[in-house]
Formats: sequence, C-alpha cells, structure tokens
Amino acid sequence: MRILLVLLDKEFRQIIRNAFIPRLVLIFPLIIMLIMPWVATMDVRHINVAVVDQDHSAASQRLVQKIQASDYFTLIQLSEHYDESLARLEAGDVDVIVEIPDRFEKSLLGGSPERIRITANGVNAMKGGLGAQYIVQTILGTFAELQSDRGGDLSSDLFVVENRYNPTLEYRHYMIPALMIMLLILLCGFLPALNLVGEKETGTIEQINATPVGRFIFTLAKLIPYWLIGFLVLSIAMLLAWLVYGLAPVGSLGAIYLAATLFVLSMSGLGITIANGSSTMQQVMFVMFFFIMIFVLMSGLITPIASMPDWAQFITCFLPPRYFIAIMQAVYLKGTTIAELCPNYLALTAFAFVLNLLAALTYRKQI
Amino acid sequence: MIAHTHPYPAIEVKALSKSYGEVRALDGISFEVGRGELFGLIGPDGAGKTTLFRLLTTLIAPDQGSASVDGLDILADYRRIRQRVGYMPGRFSLYPDLTVEENLAFFAALFDVKVRDNYDLIAPIYRQIEPFRTRRTDKLSGGMKQKLALCCALIHRPSVLFLDEPTTGVDAVSRNEFWDILFNLKAKGISILISTPYMDEANCCDRVALINEGKILEINTPQAIVEGFGETLYALSGEDMFGLLEAARRDKEVRRCYPFGETHHLLTSPGFDPRRFAEALTATGFCGVSVRPVEAGIEDVFIKRMGNG
Repeated sequence: MRILLVLLDKEFRQIIRNAFIPRLVLIFPLIIMLIMPWVATMDVRHINVAVVDQDHSAASQRLVQKIQASDYFTLIQLSEHYDESLARLEAGDVDVIVEIPDRFEKSLLGGSPERIRITANGVNAMKGGLGAQYIVQTILGTFAELQSDRGGDLSSDLFVVENRYNPTLEYRHYMIPALMIMLLILLCGFLPALNLVGEKETGTIEQINATPVGRFIFTLAKLIPYWLIGFLVLSIAMLLAWLVYGLAPVGSLGAIYLAATLFVLSMSGLGITIANGSSTMQQVMFVMFFFIMIFVLMSGLITPIASMPDWAQFITCFLPPRYFIAIMQAVYLKGTTIAELCPNYLALTAFAFVLNLLAALTYRKQI
Repeated sequence: MIAHTHPYPAIEVKALSKSYGEVRALDGISFEVGRGELFGLIGPDGAGKTTLFRLLTTLIAPDQGSASVDGLDILADYRRIRQRVGYMPGRFSLYPDLTVEENLAFFAALFDVKVRDNYDLIAPIYRQIEPFRTRRTDKLSGGMKQKLALCCALIHRPSVLFLDEPTTGVDAVSRNEFWDILFNLKAKGISILISTPYMDEANCCDRVALINEGKILEINTPQAIVEGFGETLYALSGEDMFGLLEAARRDKEVRRCYPFGETHHLLTSPGFDPRRFAEALTATGFCGVSVRPVEAGIEDVFIKRMGNG
C-alpha cells in the first residue's frame, strides 16, 4: 500500500509534467462532444435534385413546389430532357433525378398512371438511397393532397409513425452515448498501455524490476491515474451533452457509472495484455488501431448490429463495447434499469475478468 | 582482501547457463565474489556480461545451474535479493521527466528508506550533482547521469552492487572519478561486481574474470593474469605499419601479429630472434624497423587466450 502511494505520486508527477495528457483531458471530450455529433450524423439533408418535367401540368408543378419548399432538397435543375439531367448527375452536381412523363396528370385521372422515373446516384450509397426514398415520400404526399383537393379520401393519413424514446429520430441522441465510449476506450485502454511500453522503451522497467516493487502493484499504479482521468472525462462529456444538446440520461447515473467501471476494467486488461506482448510504442499503436477499427465498425456505434450478417453478429458477441453501447443507449434514451440490462452487465463483468486474467498471465511469462 | 565475518560469499555462481533461442549467452560459468571484493568482468561486447547481471539481479531465470547473492538463491529468494542489491543497468534507466532529487527520493521510497538516512554513503557523489537537483534528469550530462544512477542504486545501502558497464561512453576524467568513488564504497564494505569493455580498468579490480562467448577464460588478480602470460611479447614498429603487419604475418616464426596502439604486438615461436627478424625486414625494404620486448597487458592475455580457444 505504501509502495502503491509512492508509485502513484510518481505517476501523477509525470502526468502533470507531461505537456500532452493534461490538455488531452480537456480537449478530447470537447472535440468529441462538440464536433462529432454534428459531423457524424446519418441525417441526410440538402439532396440535390433535378426534375425533368415533360408533363407541365398542375400536378407536376405542385410536386416541384413541394421539392423546392423542403429542407431536405435543393432543386438544382428543372429541364425537359432526361439526358441533360443525367449529364449533371454524372458530373456530380445532382444526386437524384425525378422524371415526370408526358401526360402524367391525365393518365393519373384516367386510373392507369404513367410511371415516374427516379434516378439516384449510388456512389454515395447513403445519400442516393435515402434521397430516392425521401422523393418517393414527397411524391406520395403530393398525390394524397391532390386527391383530397378533388374530394377523394385522405390517404395521406393512412399511417401514423411514432418514434418512441427518440421522438424526432435525432441521430445525435443515438450517437452521443456511443461517442462517450470512444473516450473511455482511448483513455483507459490505450494510454496506460502506451505508458507501460514507454517504461520498456526507456529501460526504466529494468531498474524497477530489480527493486522489491511487485509487478501487480506497479501495473495498478499505472492504471489508477487513467481510471480517474477516464471517469473525469466521462463526467465532463455527460455534462456537455446536457448543456449543449439537452441530452440527459433518462435512467440512473449509477447504472451508467457501474457499466463504465466494468468497461474500463476490461479495456485496461486488454491494453495491458497488448503492452505485455509489445516492446515498442509503434507495436502497441498498430495493434490498438486494429482493435479500434473493429470496435468502431462492429460494436453498433455506427451501423446497427441487427443489420449485420449472422456471422458478423456472432463476432460482435466478443466485443466488450457492444454491451456497453447497448447499456448506454438504453439507459440514456429509455431509462432502462440495471436489472433489465442484467445480461449486458454480466457480459461486461465476464470480459473484465477474462481480459485481466489474460493480462496477469501474459506478464508472468516475462521473467 | 576478503573479509571473513560473513558466512557466505557476496556472490556465488555455479555452472550457470542461459540461452536465447540458439544463442548460448552463458555457458556453464562458475565463480565466487568475496565480501567487500571489487570484482571485474572483462570481455568484449556480446560476451554475456549483461546476461549475467540480469540473472544475478533476478530479472531473468537461468536455464541450468544455480547462483546465490548474499547467500540467497536467485530463484527461491529473489524477493529478498531485490531488497539488498543495488543495480545500475548498462543503459541509463532513471525517469527522464523527473528531477534529480525526485528520482533519488523515489528510489529511496521504493526501499522504504529516507534519503538522509543513507546520505553519508552517497554524499561524496551526490554533492557533485546537488547543484542541479531541481533539473530534469534528461537535461543532465552523461557523467552526471552516471553519478545520479549510482546514487539511486546506493540509496538503500545495498550489500552487493552490480554495475553493468558504468563507464562506457564516459570521458576519461569522469571515469577516474568514478573509480575513486568505487574504492570508497569498497572501503565501506560493499561488494561490487562491475563489468567493463576497457582492459585498462581491469587493473583497478581486486580480481577479474576474463569472459568471452559465454565462457570464463580465466579468473585471477590483474597482476597474476598478466604474469601468467608466460612468454616474451615483442612490439614491432617502423614506417610502413600496414606493410609490416602483413610481412610479420607471413613470417613462419611469428604465431600472431596484431595492431596495438602505435605498434604491432608479436606472439612468436621458440627460437625467434628479434634482431635477425628486424634485419630481415630491413633487407626487404622497410625503414626504421624496431623490434623490442614489451610487458604484456591484460588485453594481450585476452587475445592470446581467445586465439587458443
């Protein structure tokens, strides 16, 4: 215990003297919480649309007006020839082309309508796909209005969609709890691992190992400062989410901090295991980038796990962030309790146990 | 030379071996270092000196053989060994981002001692770096770093001190100062195992072990090692030194010829006549040829022993 305090005193002196880490603690949560939610959004706006109007009817004009009025679309071109618009699409100016055929309104009244052709640029699959979908919705809405104008039934009221827990379907609200997890992965898993390998690189570990200091105490003294930093940064991030986006957890803070503790333990274990197997910082960095990529892309941070193929879903079962992200989103948006999320907490506990056991086993082999 | 107040020698090594994969770093070496003895390990780079230090300071485990430090087994009692040895690795291994006094206080605290408790032991060394005590360690000069590292290795008053090439890369003045410090420590009863690639430093040790390719060639006092050279050594010099080296190596009566400082040293066969040899060289066109007997040094012993395998 006395030795632990001596080592902690040394670690904190080094961290405070370090030009980088104290600034990181402030800048990191600010950037992640203030910039990422705006740029990492899946809401597609300002889709560039070209309308090829060969009909020149009241119906087609109404549709053009609708597109112009919408925040989602920017009307780039209104032409009569599909080829002209296609050229603009190929040039990249236009994302979606809507072609309204000749005599469309007449045929609509006649009961067997001509087809409207929608052409989307699939290079940016997200923008093209969503753009085409939004256009279809807009066209259907316009038809419904036209029909009701003529005294038809109000088919636009056929559906009522309600998004529970995130009523406006704000992508940010789904993103923010997950972004906090990135902070913890970097601060509590990767920084202590880099620090440990740093001692190998400077050779100081050789001097320490020749003293009575045990390896367990030594490693613990490396982790504790980063655990404290991790929780400090998590708290700052939650405060920012509340101040800037008005997003406060519906569930209890205790549930969040308990999950964070388990998660931080498992990330530390992973970090130390990697550090034990590496002798240089570059090695640690590369292995960690590998894990970061997998965590970001496969843990449900960006793409929902349910939409992955079965084999990929199986792999995600072995990723600790998956469970923590699920907990964070549920507690933040739905207010789910610890008891309801029990399987996720148990999974995180198991990871914390296994990864730390692995860390202990790999460093015993070093002597 | 060896104090007999303690029942155990400071270091006892028995048939110790250690391999790294295919490379046999240490090959069954045995030796003993007495209490209060200043024992030198002399050998070229890659001889296995650092491996031996890492074994004795319990950083690695041996493949075969056994060793004890202060009467404690390096495997069974490694924790107690760590309490009572001081180790200065070959590479500077203090925290570069801590100050001089922070480093010293940190290592003192790890051994649960106060700097002032053992200040008398380090005072002659620490006084020289004390003016820089608030300076970060990475801003110190090479000689000052060595002195600080020695202070940190001494702060818990170890009974055995391990110094792995402490004078490598240090200027001649600082090297002399360093050896004076070691004589002081020896006078205070600390047993010291020191390694060096500099043959001239061997004369400062009570006894030395010549080590090469993981094997000990000879253990003795520096004087006895030199006396054991057992033949006359000749120094050859002249104007065309490179030509002389080649010519001497072609001569049947010269067993070995190697450059040594400003001359070439010759190991010869029985019946070698230096005058006839010099005349023969002059006759083939060399100018200013001189062949005279010289006293062998430890380096000559080393080269001779390495040549004999």
